[in-house]
Amino acid sequence: MDTRKCECGHTNPIGTMLCESCGKPVDFRDTHDAQQQAFPDMRYEGMARRSQTYSRTIIDRIWNFFSSVKVAIYLIVITLIAAAVGTIFPQQIYIPVPVPTEADVANFYADTYGKLGEVYYLLGFHNLYSSWWFVLLLVMIGTSLVICSLDRIIPLYKALSKPRVNQHRSFLTGQRLFGETSSEAAVDTEAFMTKAAEQLGKKGYRIYREGDSLMAEKARFSRWGPYINHIGLILFLLGVLARNIPGFHLDQFVWVREGQTVAVPETPYYVKNENYQTVYWDENEMAQNLDLQGKVIPKTYRTDAILYLNKNADLPGAEPDLVEIQKGPIVVNHPMVYEDLALYQSGVREMELGALNFVLIDSKAGNKALGNLKLDLYSPQTEQQIGNVKVRVIEYFPDFIMGTDGKPATKSNQPQNPMFALEISADNGTKEKLVYLQGGFISDTENPRYALDIKMPDLIDITGLMVRKDKAVPFIYFGAFIFMVGVVMGSYWQHRRIWVHREDQRILMAGHTNKNWFGIRREMEHVIKALEIPILIQEKGKS
Amino acid sequence: MTRQMNKSNRTYVRIAILGVLLLALVFALYSSIVKDPNVVKAGNDAPNFSLPQLDGPAMKLSDLKGKAVVLNFWGTWCEPCKAEMPALQKQYDALKDKGLVVVGVNIGETPVAIQSFVKQYNVSFPILLDRDLQITKMYRIGPIPTTFFIDRDGEIEEIFIGQMNDAIISQKVANILE
Repeated sequence: MDTRKCECGHTNPIGTMLCESCGKPVDFRDTHDAQQQAFPDMRYEGMARRSQTYSRTIIDRIWNFFSSVKVAIYLIVITLIAAAVGTIFPQQIYIPVPVPTEADVANFYADTYGKLGEVYYLLGFHNLYSSWWFVLLLVMIGTSLVICSLDRIIPLYKALSKPRVNQHRSFLTGQRLFGETSSEAAVDTEAFMTKAAEQLGKKGYRIYREGDSLMAEKARFSRWGPYINHIGLILFLLGVLARNIPGFHLDQFVWVREGQTVAVPETPYYVKNENYQTVYWDENEMAQNLDLQGKVIPKTYRTDAILYLNKNADLPGAEPDLVEIQKGPIVVNHPMVYEDLALYQSGVREMELGALNFVLIDSKAGNKALGNLKLDLYSPQTEQQIGNVKVRVIEYFPDFIMGTDGKPATKSNQPQNPMFALEISADNGTKEKLVYLQGGFISDTENPRYALDIKMPDLIDITGLMVRKDKAVPFIYFGAFIFMVGVVMGSYWQHRRIWVHREDQRILMAGHTNKNWFGIRREMEHVIKALEIPILIQEKGKS
Repeated sequence: MTRQMNKSNRTYVRIAILGVLLLALVFALYSSIVKDPNVVKAGNDAPNFSLPQLDGPAMKLSDLKGKAVVLNFWGTWCEPCKAEMPALQKQYDALKDKGLVVVGVNIGETPVAIQSFVKQYNVSFPILLDRDLQITKMYRIGPIPTTFFIDRDGEIEEIFIGQMNDAIISQKVANILE
């Protein structure tokens, strides 16, 4: 049988430390084990934890495994060690060389770190946070959190909601704070009980009376603090997990040139950069005169943006049908927010070449300026008519480099070092070719008739916008809030209980709290003093 | 009697709680293994898109259903892309009557720059312009060239990252032509 019978006649489930009915320590007198002879821990009111009660089925065994705090600590320690090992070699995202395929990743670890690196990769340490066993460990910690809490809170709730008033003498004497009147002292115990209730009531205690016993209790709710705290943690973990639900989490980045409208990845939205500006602190605005030696201090980074909804988003890449939904500035820490979507100012490339400007000159007409030529570096026109001269772009290399084959090529698709090959043809039959590169020209004719005069190029700013969506955030904050409520409940209040019992002419008094023993002792002594009763409260070592 | 009832109740409650926790575990493991649910991978249908052609109207991938498609992401600055262009062109010439289409998606370059490249390399298969990299991002293109071999039903047969030669291309094209 999984029960133990107390001398009061009550049958307690196995694992019970204090009789559920009378409060007498179970097995207190029967065993000679030194450990058992000490008064039991009051943590769970001496109740049997549920997991200790049964272990018959597989379900019970799993339950018991997770209900152990020891197991929880092992899980946490293993997780910590794994996380530490994960820092020995770089994580996959920090590999300094390009690793396009999984095989390249494997080779990187094997080649760079040898056998150890190979094992590291095989065990999934290179992608620790998403390796299956690490996730398994985290979920197991979560499981342990839930089951440990349930396993303890239910018996604790049962014990605290039906407080035992009439405790066994050994329960009272076993408490850390205990005192009694000597048998000689003549005390009007009946009157004392009433007055004690009155005094304790004044101190904010809730009074329970039963026959010759009295229990005064204060701030019981603080006992729920740790459990509420755990509920908060569980909500927090669920919130983190919820981020993986499709549509809950988005973390993207887009570069947008001034004047450009680009699609926001993974959303039906487009964003336009109307204007970007960095504002600098003016000397007059500074509180003291700083010697900046000609340097400037930025004040704000600001993009004037328009957010559009693409009504034709079903087919990616198709001509968008844009409807403006929001317009306004985006400043650092002041994102543009639309529903769940937030666009943050988080980068800029200023003064980038946007277009080259020239004036076309006819050298045979006394260097007469024929007109302006603009070569847009992002979408150059193939042909431009200037007066009766036609300028055609034959070749364009945005980031010029001489190729290995000796032919001109481009290093990237960004206009870092633009090279244009132009054909200038006029109605008069002249046809000349001209190459522009790095502020100079090369012509295919000896004495070219047409020349270009370089003007100030168009400089544009390219803003970097971080696009975020995180629907789980309110949930995570809510979890954090509940966590905090639990911490406050458990930290700033203490569950204090004072038991008073009369036995013939004697008064027994015992007290228990989960912290601040000095505080409860003072309250007990206050009552004793007010009632002028000769009790000396003794404090034992840690109970 | 009550003890018996308690026992079965307890088992059911425990099964329910452990079941919920198991669900959380399955979900956590699933989402850690499937990191990117929108990833474009072999065995899946190639996501549809529409892009303007270098010279011609917009082209929809779905318009090519029934044909085997070699979808090649490239840029003129990329040496291996340039190097494999003639091989792609050769396959296209040889097999376009058998239902093969080679589609080159250019990554964010200007028509002028592409035009001269196409002329230089005698490319005659359709070149699509992904000016703001929307499709490049959607297909999760990392290093280029990256080539998708799509069968007649629109399913991705294989993804090849890196430069290809005649032998590689013809072998993979044979797979999608069947």
